[in-house]
Amino acid sequence: MYKYDSYDQTIVNERVEQFRDQTRRFLAGELSEDEFRPLRLMNGLYIQRYAPMLRVAIPYGLLSSKQMRMLAHIARKYDKGYGHFSTRQNIQYNWPKLETVPDILAELASVEMHAIQTSGNDIRNTTSDQFAGIAEDELEDPRPYCEIIRQWSTFHPEFSFLPRKFKIAVSGAQRDRAAVQVHDIGIYLVKNESGEIGFNILAGGGLGRTPYIGPSIKPFIEKQHLLSYLEAILRVYNRHGRRDNIYKARIKILVNDLGAEEFARQVEEEWNHIKDGVMKLDQKEIDRVRAYFTPPEYDPAAAEDTSFESGLESNQAFSNWANRNLFPHKIPGYKAVVISLKAPDIAPGDATDEQMDYIADLADQYSFAEIVVTHDQNLILPNVKQSDLYALWEKLTEKDLATPNIGLLTDMICCPGLDFCSLANAGSIPIAKQINEKFDNLDYLHDIGEVKIKMSGCMNACGHHHVGHIGILGVDKKGVEFYQLTLGGSSEKDASLGDRLGPAIAKEEVANVIGKILDVYVEQRQLDERFLDTYRRVGMTPFKERVYADN
Amino acid sequence: MQIIKDKAIVDDDWPVIRELESSDPIPEGKAILPLAYWQANRDQLLKNNSEHAVWIDGSVETGELLDDLDHFSIIALDFPAFKDGRSYSHARLLRERYGYKGELRAIGDVLRDQLFFMQRCGINSYVIREDKDINDALNGLNDFTIRYQAAADDAVPIYKLR
Repeated sequence: MYKYDSYDQTIVNERVEQFRDQTRRFLAGELSEDEFRPLRLMNGLYIQRYAPMLRVAIPYGLLSSKQMRMLAHIARKYDKGYGHFSTRQNIQYNWPKLETVPDILAELASVEMHAIQTSGNDIRNTTSDQFAGIAEDELEDPRPYCEIIRQWSTFHPEFSFLPRKFKIAVSGAQRDRAAVQVHDIGIYLVKNESGEIGFNILAGGGLGRTPYIGPSIKPFIEKQHLLSYLEAILRVYNRHGRRDNIYKARIKILVNDLGAEEFARQVEEEWNHIKDGVMKLDQKEIDRVRAYFTPPEYDPAAAEDTSFESGLESNQAFSNWANRNLFPHKIPGYKAVVISLKAPDIAPGDATDEQMDYIADLADQYSFAEIVVTHDQNLILPNVKQSDLYALWEKLTEKDLATPNIGLLTDMICCPGLDFCSLANAGSIPIAKQINEKFDNLDYLHDIGEVKIKMSGCMNACGHHHVGHIGILGVDKKGVEFYQLTLGGSSEKDASLGDRLGPAIAKEEVANVIGKILDVYVEQRQLDERFLDTYRRVGMTPFKERVYADN
Repeated sequence: MQIIKDKAIVDDDWPVIRELESSDPIPEGKAILPLAYWQANRDQLLKNNSEHAVWIDGSVETGELLDDLDHFSIIALDFPAFKDGRSYSHARLLRERYGYKGELRAIGDVLRDQLFFMQRCGINSYVIREDKDINDALNGLNDFTIRYQAAADDAVPIYKLR
């Protein structure tokens, strides 16, 4: 993984001192609440419902075991012993004290981490494919480009006061596991007709109140032009994005108002001015960053193992877990292991300090000391030898980290909701709990197969409800929590926005309604058809009729 | 009045005229004029053969100033609110694309914690908001010693140094 050199380290160290002084000035009354707000937000610090919330960047989701231990240490020392992994591959602490945040940042800097631009109207943490570097369907590892973007976007002097927040995702695989099409800028690594690898650039995707799938505005651009092209997009957006209305300030509104073609034309015009200047990337730099992501020393004899097969045959629980929580690896004899943070009795995406330390130890022992945070709020040990899988599964089981539910109904994406967030209209975590209580039969869940439930406690859509196979949106009706369901969303290559099921439903009915939806699916499905595909084939009517039959 | 200019605190006698109708008489003495006033009274102002200065807001297309750049001692960029970042792009375009060599001045909601960014975009003078300590604000120019990306200052992309 990427290692800081003295330049990278100096920048995060200076940031700690800058923020320490900003915090001091605020506490001394030299900065007003309003003046401090944008400064703390650029450092991921929110003032939430009960306490401040600090969001720490995990660039493209990649952590070393040493960094994971630091996250555990911070949870223990400065918070209430846990952290929440978010859909953008970051971690959030819900209970730090404002005065201690500079010290937390200093601790993070000691392991090459930071909270820079994890909030605010700036360029956020660049996210990527959780299986980057190991997926069989990968054209090229996207992480070097994420790192190049991270450095370019860090304290960018022109783009630190954008009309609104700005999110970039990069994927290098056939299958899109990074929700690329619903980002402000989405980037796919692609091969052109002459076999050269470059980028397909999408702009103007996003969720929130007005969801859009981002159109491609540059189907192929050479690698050397990556940063100049991004700079051109940002400049057009910074100058022309709306600033009069916070709900219309994202780039998606600008792209939609201008039309993708006209927006692309303006970007092209801007880009022509700068593309051959200092922004042009050297191949030397691309090679330098790529060298940090070379594969570890895999065991060439790993595939000779037979213990994995016999474990599958002899132990049903292991086999269930292996079925759901393992992901194929491009190296024979290796698997990626998904550690479920969706045990029935915890808030989705939460991990305790003890679990984090434990996972760090497992990463050291079994996976070259690396851990990946996923867009679905789980963790991954990316490089596990199949001969180690049984022992690893036993160890994960001990700490409640082996729930065999990856991709299933209970592997929900869920925002913090009304329990923590000051924006929320309704609870998300209690609904997750309700769903877990109703659907506690593993055989049923495995029979239903892949269903992605995504849940947001308000229309800001942090839980990506628009692109859930089943989306759940919390709404407030005269002080009472109701839930609006959508069906048929997807954030993958076949991206689509979910369709509204009908009138919002009462809180205590959510799991029951999902049960009815699944009944219709079971009746209508053909062969191995997934829920999403059945929905796309039969449409909304049978679902709607069943759910609202009594009305 | 004191402002920060070229990294030092200096006295300054250029008032910003925020509102001026095109038909109003030309102000006596030094004045930073609204762009629209300059455009409407350009010929008359040029005859006066004195120093000229205008201020622009975020909605202006900087290309509009192209033919007049040599006439200006100062172009002031308005930051109506801390969070309004349009003028950062204006500053870079004026310096990097249009080659403006005169003074670029930040006016409006100008506070210590923006100055590092402003400086990097080519702004070289700052009218710090009246209620703030200008000596304290001066520190904002030195928040970082390392810059990752090129802008209107002398920085090159950092990898070129590696």
